Amino acid sequence: MSDKINFTLDDKALEASAGETIWQCAERAGIEIPHLCYSKAPDYRADGNCRVCMVEIEGERVLAASCIRQPSEGMVINSANERATTARKMVMELLVADQPPRESSHDPNSELWHWAEQMGQTESRFPARQTPTADNSHTAMAVNLDACIHCTRCVRACREVQVNDVIGMAGRGANNKIIFDFDDAMGDSSCVACGECVQACPTGALMPAGGVGKIQADEQVASVCPYCGVGCQLTFNVKDNKILSVEGRDGPANSERLCVKGRFGFDYINHSHRLTKPLIRRDDAPPKTGDMDIDPANPLTHFREASWEEALDVAAAGLKKIRDGADGKALAGFGSAKGSNEEAYLFQKLVRAGFGSNNVDHCTRLCHASSVAALLETIGSGAVTASFNEARNSDVIIVIGAHPTSNHPVAATFLKNAVKRGAQLVIIDPRGSSLSRHASHSLQFTPGRDVALLNAMMHVIVSEDLYDKEYILSHTEGFEQLRDHLKNFTPEEMAPICGIEPDKLREVARLYANADAAIIFWGMGVSQHIHGTDNARCLISLALMSGQTGRPGTGLHPLRGQNNVQGASDAGLIPMFYPNYQSVSDSAIQNDFEKLWNAQLDPERGLTVVEIMDAVHSGDIRGMYIMGENPAMSDPNTNHVREAFAKLEHLVVQEIFLTETAFFADVILPATAWPEKDGTVTNTNRQIQMGRKAVDAPDGVMPDWWIIQQLAQRIGLDWNYAHPSDVFAEMKQCMSSFDNISWARLESESAVTYPCDSETAPGNDVLFSDGFPTPSRRGKFVPADIIPPDEMPDAEYPMVLSTGRQLEHWHTGAMTRRSQILDNLEPEAVAHLAPNEMARLGIKPGDAIEVATRRGRIALKARADTGIPKGVVFVPFCYAEASANMLTNPALDPVGKIPEFKYCAAKVEKQQAQQQNKPL
Amino acid sequence: MTVAKKAVRKFGHPGKGRRGARYEGKGRQVNGEALGEIQALLGGRPRRRDLLIEHLHLIQDSHGHLSARHLAALAHDMKLSMAEVYEVATFYAHFDVVAEGDKAPAPLTIRVCDSLSCEMQGAEALYDAVSKRLDSCVVRIVRAPCMGRCECAPVAEIGHHHITNATPESVLAAADDGQTEPLIPPYVGFDEYEKNGGYHVLRACLNGDRDIEEIIATMEASELRGLGGAGFPTGRKWSFVRAESGPRLLAVNGDEGEPGTFKDRYYMERDPHRFLEGMLIAARAVEAEECFIYLRDEYPGLHHVLADEISKLEAAGLSEGTKITLRRGAGAYICGEESAMLESLEGKRGEPRHKPPFPSQVGLFGRPTLINNVETLYWVRDIIERGAEWFAGEGRNGGKGLRSYSVSGRVCEPGVKLAPAGITVKELIQEYCGGMAEGHEFKAYLPGGASGGILPASKGDIPLDFGTLEKEGCFIGSAAVIILSDQDNMRDAALNLMRFFEYESCGQCTPCRAGTEKAVKLMSAPNWDHSLLQDLSKTMMDASICGLGQAAPNPLLTVLKHFPEDLT
Repeated sequence: MSDKINFTLDDKALEASAGETIWQCAERAGIEIPHLCYSKAPDYRADGNCRVCMVEIEGERVLAASCIRQPSEGMVINSANERATTARKMVMELLVADQPPRESSHDPNSELWHWAEQMGQTESRFPARQTPTADNSHTAMAVNLDACIHCTRCVRACREVQVNDVIGMAGRGANNKIIFDFDDAMGDSSCVACGECVQACPTGALMPAGGVGKIQADEQVASVCPYCGVGCQLTFNVKDNKILSVEGRDGPANSERLCVKGRFGFDYINHSHRLTKPLIRRDDAPPKTGDMDIDPANPLTHFREASWEEALDVAAAGLKKIRDGADGKALAGFGSAKGSNEEAYLFQKLVRAGFGSNNVDHCTRLCHASSVAALLETIGSGAVTASFNEARNSDVIIVIGAHPTSNHPVAATFLKNAVKRGAQLVIIDPRGSSLSRHASHSLQFTPGRDVALLNAMMHVIVSEDLYDKEYILSHTEGFEQLRDHLKNFTPEEMAPICGIEPDKLREVARLYANADAAIIFWGMGVSQHIHGTDNARCLISLALMSGQTGRPGTGLHPLRGQNNVQGASDAGLIPMFYPNYQSVSDSAIQNDFEKLWNAQLDPERGLTVVEIMDAVHSGDIRGMYIMGENPAMSDPNTNHVREAFAKLEHLVVQEIFLTETAFFADVILPATAWPEKDGTVTNTNRQIQMGRKAVDAPDGVMPDWWIIQQLAQRIGLDWNYAHPSDVFAEMKQCMSSFDNISWARLESESAVTYPCDSETAPGNDVLFSDGFPTPSRRGKFVPADIIPPDEMPDAEYPMVLSTGRQLEHWHTGAMTRRSQILDNLEPEAVAHLAPNEMARLGIKPGDAIEVATRRGRIALKARADTGIPKGVVFVPFCYAEASANMLTNPALDPVGKIPEFKYCAAKVEKQQAQQQNKPL
Repeated sequence: MTVAKKAVRKFGHPGKGRRGARYEGKGRQVNGEALGEIQALLGGRPRRRDLLIEHLHLIQDSHGHLSARHLAALAHDMKLSMAEVYEVATFYAHFDVVAEGDKAPAPLTIRVCDSLSCEMQGAEALYDAVSKRLDSCVVRIVRAPCMGRCECAPVAEIGHHHITNATPESVLAAADDGQTEPLIPPYVGFDEYEKNGGYHVLRACLNGDRDIEEIIATMEASELRGLGGAGFPTGRKWSFVRAESGPRLLAVNGDEGEPGTFKDRYYMERDPHRFLEGMLIAARAVEAEECFIYLRDEYPGLHHVLADEISKLEAAGLSEGTKITLRRGAGAYICGEESAMLESLEGKRGEPRHKPPFPSQVGLFGRPTLINNVETLYWVRDIIERGAEWFAGEGRNGGKGLRSYSVSGRVCEPGVKLAPAGITVKELIQEYCGGMAEGHEFKAYLPGGASGGILPASKGDIPLDFGTLEKEGCFIGSAAVIILSDQDNMRDAALNLMRFFEYESCGQCTPCRAGTEKAVKLMSAPNWDHSLLQDLSKTMMDASICGLGQAAPNPLLTVLKHFPEDLT
């Protein structure tokens, strides 16, 4: 028996699968039917409203829209007879009547004009309607409703695909109108500029601003986005070696979706600040000081241009001198989670084999070090157990300490899709966000009290007997100990600590434990605390006791921050592990790597990011090599960090711009930006993806792998890689996670999830269905106690400072603030405060204020934000002129060594004299 | 060297900073005061999405309009996006959305019906006369589509108070007197209805004395058909829905908006329980968990009547097992289309759905849903009591059953005429309407409201029933018969009807949205482009999603065919 449906289309006998539409069957059979309101892009629901795809179904009174109608057994359909084609032409004639003439249209190559031409209907006999006026209020997109055909693709893009819920169809009949919010100008609306509507529009009514949509690209290059850990695949439209525009590609993580950064944030690579010549610090440069400020447009005040030969020689000689003069521990390296896997691998190999120590780390220390520590300790694997796309199979989704709508915008769209499908979303976060509206439960708890809240939830699950006994018995260890530990954490006892009513704690605990499939997402609200590891341990215990891992729709997913923070960690860019989390203190492993790398290796674990800074202050570390990281902005207590950099005898910085860290460099090596190079990256979902070079780098700029190799050769390493693919091949020799995943496979498939069971199988989305990669094959419960934040508010500093990101800016802003559109959208430093808190402080929205902690003081503008709880000030850390990390507390989590970015005591004051932020 | 920690040190930054930072979150922010007002107004009412239109009514009724600040607060409180609220609020004619800084409408609104029956009775002159004498700061006057009182045209509505056979004087007097509340004519209340044998049949169904299968068989045998206009056999529809897996729902279409139709109002205003009993029997037949009555907003008096009477029958335990929910339309003809009605009941824009799937399979909230018109249900009790043969035995000229013809226009005695199905228009005028109005000669008629086409008097001998008029490009629909005379111009009539369709098109599909708009433009020209109008009509009929666009060309085409002399 076949479940196929047999029908006839234009005298051809065809078969349809269940759910297939007439249009889809026709396409398969090579029969072309016009379409406008129907988009073939993933997740776009057919709407059948434009009526240019009408076909005749024999025996039916009226024609049917082929895009939405499914064939039934025995149906006889005519797509090409006179009745159908006449109707389609007339529909097109009606649409064309109201369009601007093709020559002067917003997009003469639009789908509309394509089909009008195909149908021979580029003219119309009908009188035109009144022309709506253009809306050019948005910096990224132009709205030209004179070209709108009311097809609602943008509405579906905004409401059903990305679920940003800004666009609607208002009015009725011929007065129907695409609107933003309450028919507001797009630029004044709640639009988050994901550009999905622009990608969806078939007429040019929604276009990238500035007319770039009209320009025909020379070349389209398939690559991946360099911003966040979501890892959206994209297409660079390139003309004359410039990126014209960017479109979403159908990658496993993004299904053609992008966010504002990934779509509109690539002009930074052409910014006038690009470093294009190696620079050596001038002999007559002023002495380095912690408060040094250099104009990135004019580095020659402190540096002189040099040849690559000279710069590499000076860079290497300085490192070599320090290495050879000490025991090799006086050097350290910071690699980058923004580079490729191959670059990360080479960088850590350089430090380990060339510098002779394990003093190599990167910004993973600042984001999920505690999560990874807890995951490795309990379930033996530091990566996510399930992709975020698994939310599609979840009944309950917990998002704790994360703001995916800002930080993982495309991942957030899939969570919102899941809610639309019927999943319940639980948000646990002191700070509200635009995701809160979609939540069935929103727990705005007291900052820093995660353990109290999570222990109370687990107490409920244990005391109400909701835990999964079978799962605990067969897959875990240490439950009894945890059960005893949880006895004292009753919801009643914990409520005053975490600020959530006992009944609400019970409700959410029951919801999670009783769900058929529940998944937990967390971000840096969980990890960036001195009890970050404990926070993660609690989440893991919660999942283990409820049996919510190892099945579709279940799992533990720390949303990784940087585009390649997963890959860089996997590649060994961390002080305690060789590639693939192989311990540096295991002598057998050490032997293997000594053989592979032909080098003597240090058996001692190296220092972490913040420890390295302390070691610079103490004089133990005297030279550094920093590639693509900006600790002078991103690390806690940056005054201390900058003072450390000023103390270094020798600092080599490999960068695309003169960052705040590069101010302190002795040698600066200009490197390639992401769209200028080949390489693989690994996203938060464990998907290894191929990045392809789209444009040539500016003259004088060299690929990062080449630069690392040049330095390696100059400090005595015998390296001879010809291309990143050579590096990848070597990585496969020491990283079992790359098994069955070759460079060639990635070139052809663009993405493969690891672990992967065979060279043809897709990788494993959901892990650990039958045991964990621990020695006992069991997941371990590790109890956690309540530890208060390191620095509590007091009379002098009565508020809590929390830091994080904004949607429009990436990390320290080095790239995004140099992107015109992103800079226009978020142009200056702001501190977010609750409106009633502002009233209390006598501050009006937009006032100049100062935020101070024991470590520093910054001046910026106040922004009213209803999501911020009372007593809290939130400051994004991307603004150099008001660097939030001048204020943050470097106190560390004892296990993960992650600083407490999310909590320190602060005060907020209205600034008396107005001070203007002057751009450079 | 230590960085000064107490002083602010402004570092340079790489941004160009062409613009200033926003002082608030993106987009319109919710005003705390407005939110308080909305929360107080909504009280403990659930914030479910399907109640959006009800909540909008609440705000419109208490504030006279929907201000942007209130809409933003409502969106926030209902956890909806602003766009979701705005697009619904702007779809329905009875909501007045007022943006920040825009002028709110005057506190009182007078609506003057401009549909065909009223236009024929001087609605335009009424509108002009009243608007000249109004203080626009205090009273606003607008044109509005059919108010379902065509037998007493022209009609105007002051607030929620309808004035029939309106004159400028009666309208202005009512406005001056502040007569804005609906008039409620006397009707058969619960006690009286029950005393006279009402709810016997329902009770028998409830206690098992009457077998549901038998009832459905009776309905089938009676040949009762859907009297909202589609004419689908009622018994068969009940069996279809009953065959779907539960939970099932019932939705009553009380959105009697077809111009010229007023029979549902007529019956509900007089004998509401006969309809309600029929509804509860139908609910029993399909085991519907909940009955939704979608009542058009043009019948505000009936809203009170039904609300009161429903609570009485609920108190009497007659709705056991079936929840009854009364919902208010908001001024949208399209919501009389059954799937658009379902959308509206779900709190959305009234945009018709694609079929298949049919509402009997995937209906309200995705559940199998029985949709019946008010009058269809009105006859259920009588058919069961009197037997299928009683109803099926009526009829003339081959028709079967009874039809309630809403007759308006140039007859002596307009009104609801309960007559045998299949009666011809000439018989109807002579036997039921006292002949033509004085001084008028029968010229043409609309057999089925605005969408049923226009036929000349020479075609006055065609039986008026389902299936008999189609060969003329017409249909009976809701049996709204509008009689035109030698004093009426067919071109004007056709344009009036096309304007109505343009105004009421939901705008979802191109043939209807653009088609009605272009047709009005072409029909407003001194000379009609016959061939273009013919071509356009064909595509509207073939390619529109729902009956509105498919039937909108009927009057145009029949006028082109039968009344060329009026077009020159």
